[in-house]
Amino acid sequence: MLKLSNLHASAGGARILKGIDLVVRAGEVHAVMGPNGSGKSTLANVLAGRPGVEVTQGRVEFEGKDLISLSPEDRARAGIFLAFQYPVEIPGVANSYFLKTSLNAVRRARGESELDAMDFLALVREKAKRVEMDEKFLQRAVNEGFSGGEKKRNEILQMAILEPRLAILDETDSGLDIDALRVVAGGVNALRSPERAMIVITHYQRLLDYIVPDFVHVIADGRIVRSGGKELALELEEKGYGWLTGGAAA
Amino acid sequence: MSALDAARDHFLERTGAFAASAGRQDPEWLRSLRAQAVANFAENGLPSTRLEEWRYTNVTPLAQVLFELPDAAPAQVTREEVEALSFPVFACSVFVFVDGRFRPELSSPRALSGSLRVESIAELRATAPERLAGRLGRHADPKQHAFVALGSAFLDDGACLFVPRGTRVEQPVHVVQLASGVAPDRVCHPRLLVVAEPGSHVTLIQDFVSLSGARGFTNAVAEVTVEQDAAVELVLLQRENTASFHVSNLEVRVGRDARFAAHTLTFGGGFVRNDLNAVLEDEGASLRLAGLTVAGGEQRIDNHSVVDHALPRGESQQRYKCVLGGKSRGVFRGRVIVRPDAQKTRAEQSSANILLSEGAEIDAKPQLEIWADDVKCSHGATIGRLDENALFYLRARGIGEAKARELLVQGFASEVLASLPSPALSEGLAEMLREQMRGAGAEEAAP
Repeated sequence: MLKLSNLHASAGGARILKGIDLVVRAGEVHAVMGPNGSGKSTLANVLAGRPGVEVTQGRVEFEGKDLISLSPEDRARAGIFLAFQYPVEIPGVANSYFLKTSLNAVRRARGESELDAMDFLALVREKAKRVEMDEKFLQRAVNEGFSGGEKKRNEILQMAILEPRLAILDETDSGLDIDALRVVAGGVNALRSPERAMIVITHYQRLLDYIVPDFVHVIADGRIVRSGGKELALELEEKGYGWLTGGAAA
Repeated sequence: MSALDAARDHFLERTGAFAASAGRQDPEWLRSLRAQAVANFAENGLPSTRLEEWRYTNVTPLAQVLFELPDAAPAQVTREEVEALSFPVFACSVFVFVDGRFRPELSSPRALSGSLRVESIAELRATAPERLAGRLGRHADPKQHAFVALGSAFLDDGACLFVPRGTRVEQPVHVVQLASGVAPDRVCHPRLLVVAEPGSHVTLIQDFVSLSGARGFTNAVAEVTVEQDAAVELVLLQRENTASFHVSNLEVRVGRDARFAAHTLTFGGGFVRNDLNAVLEDEGASLRLAGLTVAGGEQRIDNHSVVDHALPRGESQQRYKCVLGGKSRGVFRGRVIVRPDAQKTRAEQSSANILLSEGAEIDAKPQLEIWADDVKCSHGATIGRLDENALFYLRARGIGEAKARELLVQGFASEVLASLPSPALSEGLAEMLREQMRGAGAEEAAP
């Protein structure tokens, strides 16, 4: 589904990714771990097409097509979803209106008919229940005044509504207490399917107790320095990143 | 000779013909009001950028067009044309003026409350001028403002609403000022006169709109008096074509424990200058001003306000928002004056601005002048671009860039739109904003 070949990327003039090779197949869940500043979030952003993150070398293929030339919206319409590490507050735009605009943009691109207000409301209510989100958050402005946990729930709600082919979760566990983490992980697990792939980016092993990956990759200084099964995460928990990066990194 | 002087001489020449034809039956006080205005205009002419109040507004482009008064024969306008321009909300009482003249056959003057209705100033001049005496021209001073002088020199018609003591008008009153564009380069000087007697309530929408793309000039002068315990809410909507010039002067006096609110919404007009001068002249007066400007292309939209707190316990709140794209230019200049007697005043003023393009420019200048010591006042101005993070967030959810920008602008404007006196009006204007943004979006795409 996704193939990264010798991917190099820069942001703000700094070289951050320095040759990433990665293959993700449908149905797989890949965890990407690494110390702060290793390039984990840049990897997420380069896949979603964030302006300012520039691919300098290498290729990214998504379902056989070049991904890099697509705009962020076209990537989303093609089935890529990035759950943001820091979901953005948008004052004055109702969350439900945002969700509906997003879903209908993606449905149009898939050649499906747009949902009307009634059908959308039924859908969003059902999905909100699944991430244990109070309906009042649908009427409020997007993420405005939401707590950290509410913002992350809102991300998972969007993912549940858009039903992407490839979901990238960028440090979805950051800032979550254990109850919120359980709810968010439950929402993610409910979306696991043989047709869908996921890349779970995290600093800590903790999240992987709830979202159990098929593969674990460790990034350090812009390269994948080790890949393995889920047991690699446990080993990291025990030994720290220094073991793989050769330094005293956290 | 400068363009400003040439325009002054041109307009002065026309006042002679105007005085000879119009208003010969008018009472002495009204004829002298016009004569005084002509004298003031002859003395001061059009304002130059050397004047502090006009530093950011160069009227030379306006002076370069030698505008003529509309033809004597009324422009052919049909009811269908008027209705095509209306919002559903405006199905309330509609009073239509074309090129500054009242057109009863195009209006739907449903009774507001009892026998109360909007009246035409021209009609009142002819039938009951004593009702205008002491009210018309009471606050709009030709000595102070060049365009008030010009408008008063040509004072002819306009909308007039006297709300009697204790009367509560439930439905918004809708005044449409249509520029027919039948002939190009015509000027009209529409007046608005509102007196809300003690304890009365009224909401009035004044909608400036063009029927064609022809260039014109609207020089509007309005006077609003809100007497003790009364409440007046105004919506001023500017959607004339972008070839047109629009200058408006609104003078407001707010009495004891009275409330005034104005929403100035500017989407249209090529050259727009709005002046709002409000005096909170008695204790406990309150005032709320909200402004929203959305412009692109070569539009230039200036909003100036002066809020003068004269006596204690007054409250004023001003929130102006401005979104500029293309090569448009905007000005916000707001002055709040708190006089020595105006203790316990609370005044708040903010100007928030978004520039959508490299070529757009805004000058924001909030000012506080405080002469009393027991007051609570604040002001602030922000200028920024659309939030890049928010834009990426929306696009990462499949929303196209143009639509994403539109959503962010709508979010920015929502506070002003939500404050409008009716939900139908808010919705109608939100739709107008979306259309405006689509225009601006197309323009951004083609550099």
